[in-house]
Amino acid sequence: MKVLRFGYVTGPLIGALWTLVMAIVVCVILSFATGQALAPVAVSALAVGAWLGFALLPEGGRDRSRRILVTAGLVVVPLMAFVLVRPAIHGSAETGMGLLAIAWILLALSVVLPLRLMLRGLPYGPATRHETEAALIHFLTGFGYIFFTAIVVIPFYVMVMTSLKNQQDLLLNPLDFTVDLSQGADLFRSYTELFAKFNFGSYLWTSFYVSVLTVLITLLFAVPGAYAVARLRFRGRAAFSRSILLIYMVPMIVLALPIYIAFSMAGLRNSIFGIVMIYPVTTIPVALYMLQGYFRGLPSEVEEAGLMDGLSRLAVIWKITLPLSLPALASVSLYVFMIAWNEFLLAFMLLDDPSKFTLTRGVAMLNSSEIPRQHLMAGSVVATVPIMLLFLGLERFMTKGLTAGSVKG
Amino acid sequence: MSDTVPPKGPGPLMRREARLAWGLLLPTIVSVSLVVILPLLAVFWISFKPIGLADLRPPTPVVREDLRGRPAEAGDEATLRYRLRNSSQDQAIGNVRFTDTMPAGMTVVALDPRCTLDGTALTCNLGDWQGGARDEVEIAVTVGQEFFDTQADPEASAPEITGRAENVLTNVQFTGENFARIFDGGEFWTVLGATLFYTVFGTVGALILGLFAALLLNKSFKGQGFLRGLYLFPYVAPVIAVAFTWVLLLDPFSGSFNALLVQMGVVDSPINFFGQRPLALVMVTVFEIWRYFPLSFLFILARMQSIDSDMYEAAEMDGASPFQQFWALSVPQLLGILSVLFLLRFIWTFNKFDDIFLLTGGNAGTRTLTVNVYEQAFAVSNIGAGAAVAVVIFGCLLLFSYFFFRFMSQEEGL
Repeated sequence: MKVLRFGYVTGPLIGALWTLVMAIVVCVILSFATGQALAPVAVSALAVGAWLGFALLPEGGRDRSRRILVTAGLVVVPLMAFVLVRPAIHGSAETGMGLLAIAWILLALSVVLPLRLMLRGLPYGPATRHETEAALIHFLTGFGYIFFTAIVVIPFYVMVMTSLKNQQDLLLNPLDFTVDLSQGADLFRSYTELFAKFNFGSYLWTSFYVSVLTVLITLLFAVPGAYAVARLRFRGRAAFSRSILLIYMVPMIVLALPIYIAFSMAGLRNSIFGIVMIYPVTTIPVALYMLQGYFRGLPSEVEEAGLMDGLSRLAVIWKITLPLSLPALASVSLYVFMIAWNEFLLAFMLLDDPSKFTLTRGVAMLNSSEIPRQHLMAGSVVATVPIMLLFLGLERFMTKGLTAGSVKG
Repeated sequence: MSDTVPPKGPGPLMRREARLAWGLLLPTIVSVSLVVILPLLAVFWISFKPIGLADLRPPTPVVREDLRGRPAEAGDEATLRYRLRNSSQDQAIGNVRFTDTMPAGMTVVALDPRCTLDGTALTCNLGDWQGGARDEVEIAVTVGQEFFDTQADPEASAPEITGRAENVLTNVQFTGENFARIFDGGEFWTVLGATLFYTVFGTVGALILGLFAALLLNKSFKGQGFLRGLYLFPYVAPVIAVAFTWVLLLDPFSGSFNALLVQMGVVDSPINFFGQRPLALVMVTVFEIWRYFPLSFLFILARMQSIDSDMYEAAEMDGASPFQQFWALSVPQLLGILSVLFLLRFIWTFNKFDDIFLLTGGNAGTRTLTVNVYEQAFAVSNIGAGAAVAVVIFGCLLLFSYFFFRFMSQEEGL
């Protein structure tokens, strides 16, 4: 680490790494956007980045003319790399010159501007620990934003774009995600086919009402239970509270087997009734656990005042506790809705009749070699968009609900 | 004057409160025992049973009825024939009997010795059947005018047949073969190894990634809320949608990721990410990390935002550098939530089924214990062996939760 405490070491290091990252980012973005070939060259990107890192170091008391001279002399290094290996970004024979120019402009902007900011506090010569680490942290922060945004955005981008393309185009060039806007409504052909031929409208509706029913039934069971665990004193309360947690750790696949057998024998397979019966029970322990945590946080004095004024316990729950815990109820409802909407295993095992599928089961049905893949992706988009919209609209509740004691996934 | 002593045992008020509590909990207890406790017991029961997928339909006697002889006018003779068989090829059915209503206008001429006729009600006792047994009952009849007037159809009244078949689920035949089978050979240890790899690296990876994401967003700036929402996407989206997207993205023939790698010159030929050992196991673990880092991120961020900032100011005054502050201040503060998260995520990653099932179907060395339950029960059609694996999972789970509760009681006084 000691060697890093010199601006002229840290600066080029950060510059080199950052330029490599940005070269890859620019190439990936432009390739995904245009379908044309662009590739970063690691050695050249590192060389030009190191030089830029050196050039962008603050003056730090150096003689101005000497500094310019040294910097200009060192430009030989990236130039050699460009000539001997290849330029930091290069395209294939078919890549358009315009695209290449855009790539270079993007690279220049995305390297020079952030790099200036990162190296701002770094002296040319010996640096304190603070200054070195601040520069490194700036670099890591920038890298972190790019890394996390990329890993999250790319799969969803591919999902949406694939659903708009057709299979031949994709097999021809898997990188080409451009869509032909001139085809108008035809662009959404796979969606219209899903709803017309594959009955997805009905799946959407089934998923929706199954999820809503699950939420309602879960709350009906979990609210009184959570209240009892949080407020009332009885023998075995601690044991009960533990067994809730324990039960909510039992894997579904262990239970799915006997449930499958029981449902087969009772003729409940292939019925929405069976699904609505089983979903809430998988969510009640979670909901109970989340709600009792919230109820504990409510001031009990308000409830005691209600009791003193002659309300019964149940009336206290209904008139005082529930109105006070509306935000928690919203979080729990959202969370349970999400679990029910995304549930796959039980729907997959218990539903075989295409007229009764939920959305996730319907998407699983699309996973066959006879059905083109844009349909599969369109189905995925149809399953994802409603829950995403709900989530974005109510993100505040959702994040609260997720942290309120629910680590289930 | 009598001595005043404190009351012993719970007073009436306390008993009332306890009664109310149990009353409120009753629906939950009943439903949870029905769907969790009962199936768990059933899993234990089934794991000792020699039972396959086909045995779920118990053997039943099947009967078919037809009228032979084509009677054309009153007085014609005909034969009412019942053809019977055992639906199972290898299991016996005891005490088979069937009843039927004779159609109007038919007079019985000769009755099968095993049958009796009471008015129009026909009852036949066929005794015990071996597996795959077939039988035939013929009843000679003459047809009267009424038969043609009413256009009676002898097949209209379906014969009712009963038999006592042994159900392998409920009898007392037990076997240890299921356990012998799953522990047999090296397969079990491969499966366990894959499970441990997936669980340990999936959990640790998601925690580390979550920690980094939380460090990034632990400051207020414009767009912080947006990024927080964005980084939660992998967790919120339906697993089936994102799993298929990953499969498509990493496809060796038409996957964009492979095309990108080839074009950038990183690899010469496309990689079959989900199809070859040991890469497939690594990739499903990466998927697990990708999908669940948002959760740890959220928890760690919540904890970070509740750390007192005075401490950092004091450290800053004392000249601690950013990395020193992180190691000496943040990490100890976060250790509690990190270890709770680790234990919880460890258990749930261990329990994970959907992700691997959708990504690889348990092929190419990615078969974990949970996938093995499905594999044994449905792919190999041996429900007993599937249940035996489920029992093993449950055993591991009990072990983990023992540690979890011991730790949690120290950590949160639970």
